[in-house]
Amino acid sequence: MADGSIGLWTVPLAVLGGAIRVSTPFLFVSLGECITERSGRINLGLEGTLVMGAMSAYGISYVTGSPWLGVLAAGVAGALLGALHAGICSLPRVNDIAVGIALMLFGTGLAFYLGKPLIEPTAPRLPAIDFGWWSDIPQLRAALRINVMFLIGVALAPILYWAFRTTRWGLLIRTAGESSDAARAMGYSVLLIRLRATMVGGFLAGIGGSFLSLFYPGSWNEGLSSGQGITAVALVIFARWDPLLCLWASLAFGGAAALGPALQSVGVTSGYHLFNAAPYILTLAIMIITCSPKRTLTGAPAELSITR
Amino acid sequence: MDFGRISRRHLLQCGAALTLGAAAGARPAFAAETTIGFIYVGSRDDYGYNQAHAQGAAALKKIPGLKVVEEEKVPETDAVEKTIESMINLDGATLLFPTSFGYYNPHMIKMASKFPKLRFEHCGGLWSDKDPKNAGSYFGYIDEAQYISGIVAGYTSKSGKLGFVAAKPIPQVLRNINAFALGAKLANPKATTQVIFTGDWSMPVKEAEATNSLIDQGVDVLTCHVDGPKTMVENAARRGAFVCGYHTNQSPLAPKAYLTGAEWNWEALYPKFVKMIAAGESIPNFYRGGLKEEIVKTSPYGEAVSAEARKHADDVKAKFLSAEGYAIFKGGLLDNKGKTVIAAGTDRGQKDPELEKMDYLVEGVIGATS
Repeated sequence: MADGSIGLWTVPLAVLGGAIRVSTPFLFVSLGECITERSGRINLGLEGTLVMGAMSAYGISYVTGSPWLGVLAAGVAGALLGALHAGICSLPRVNDIAVGIALMLFGTGLAFYLGKPLIEPTAPRLPAIDFGWWSDIPQLRAALRINVMFLIGVALAPILYWAFRTTRWGLLIRTAGESSDAARAMGYSVLLIRLRATMVGGFLAGIGGSFLSLFYPGSWNEGLSSGQGITAVALVIFARWDPLLCLWASLAFGGAAALGPALQSVGVTSGYHLFNAAPYILTLAIMIITCSPKRTLTGAPAELSITR
Repeated sequence: MDFGRISRRHLLQCGAALTLGAAAGARPAFAAETTIGFIYVGSRDDYGYNQAHAQGAAALKKIPGLKVVEEEKVPETDAVEKTIESMINLDGATLLFPTSFGYYNPHMIKMASKFPKLRFEHCGGLWSDKDPKNAGSYFGYIDEAQYISGIVAGYTSKSGKLGFVAAKPIPQVLRNINAFALGAKLANPKATTQVIFTGDWSMPVKEAEATNSLIDQGVDVLTCHVDGPKTMVENAARRGAFVCGYHTNQSPLAPKAYLTGAEWNWEALYPKFVKMIAAGESIPNFYRGGLKEEIVKTSPYGEAVSAEARKHADDVKAKFLSAEGYAIFKGGLLDNKGKTVIAAGTDRGQKDPELEKMDYLVEGVIGATS
């Protein structure tokens, strides 16, 4: 211990640190998608939104010198992409999944194109709050350097849970998602509700992207997302469209992503490809355990094109 | 000659070429305009592997009479064959540089057989007599520069624990890890190098996690072999560790933490190739070289590098540059499982093809190849 090493404790600590560091984009994207899907629409384009958010945040932070403006810009970019998705889906006989795939490619392509000059410069990053001040173990202190966006995400999950259950807005979104006829009978425009829900979803996903480029790993490059947006969309399904479960699922995914490198660092070197695949194996396992041919998924909004 | 076919366009081109030639003081003239195609697997400003090649391509753009066409993010699949064909058929490229490892076999070989009159130069491949004569493979012994980095890292590390963030356990990567570890042991015989494989060339989140895990283990100097070292460099510097760069010079990203680095020197090699072609010489199909041949170089030392480290590193560098050369992989070498991989008495010089089949990690490296 004298040399500053903490031996096997690295693994749980890295999983804890990873859960905090890596989970935030998952959390924001999955909460955003949760809102969109509860309103009866799937936006698969959030991978593109995430990458676009990461790029815009980095660009704006670099140009203005304020990372918080970058976060805002990422949210706005995400909301615009969300509005585009909802706008196209409002047209008759448009499949939301196909539009989502198109927007995923559009978002990543546009971000790569506009982000070309941003790969080299270094933009100001978001600050971290030191929650490990009480500890004298540097590794623990590093793991507990938490960004405020993670805390916002963690707070957002129960707020959304509460909002879906008890507020008028939550009820409207759920009505649009469960039975668009009922919403229409009540005199509400389903398309407008879905437009707003998709825009909010895009806003959150864009913010998730800003975390990638402005906090961790903390720079813009084209491999930044490596599929995290898509994983987060899948995560909503096995979190049963429940914001609180989205939180736990995101934490589990973050921790799983840290497992591979952490095990190698303590000398568990065989089969690291398997450990690197941990998040995906986790997805598959949960999907297999929870699926059933006899019924639709519990908690699935009835209007979703995959359950209808 | 059929004079009827000379159009106004041709005359204009000739005129322009003459003017250019006169302006440049009768440079080696290329037959009309030569088009050179560059294909990158990633983005060409990634602060890494692809940027190094793009800097080489940029050096060619400055030579009059040359036109450079580039395509980025071409996957190592038949996509590269399509790119090569379109560069040849649409842009008229006569010299091609598919720069990524996985392009070589079967893709580039197939194209070289299909277009026997054109020249193909691949970075990193192992050309053998069975391959087409118009194909060539060049590579640099960047492990020489990694060895120098290892020496500097060994002196700088207080814990004696060094870290290496690597993409995949292929021979070129393993050779770099081993050279870095052996260099470190010159400086500090007890130094260990811990390696983490991320599984692919560009995985920023995994690279950041690997960097953090290594530092949690007490590692205080890190280097890497991934396509874009930016993530590792920035995250390590944030945690207060020192770094050695790779591919290009990353010192602007972390001026205080940057010790030195192993860089490619393609901007010296590519113009050399073009001059050889213009002079009618043939480029050897199997082209290799290190510091001496100016295919690789080391970054200038950072301020944290001690005088002792500088001196030792410079001495070894001088040996690489000397006429007799220097062998990193000397006989009596054990791998990290205790097996002898190079028998005592047989030094493997840098040009030894056996080294390009490396499948082991030397003693002092913590990690496994599978």
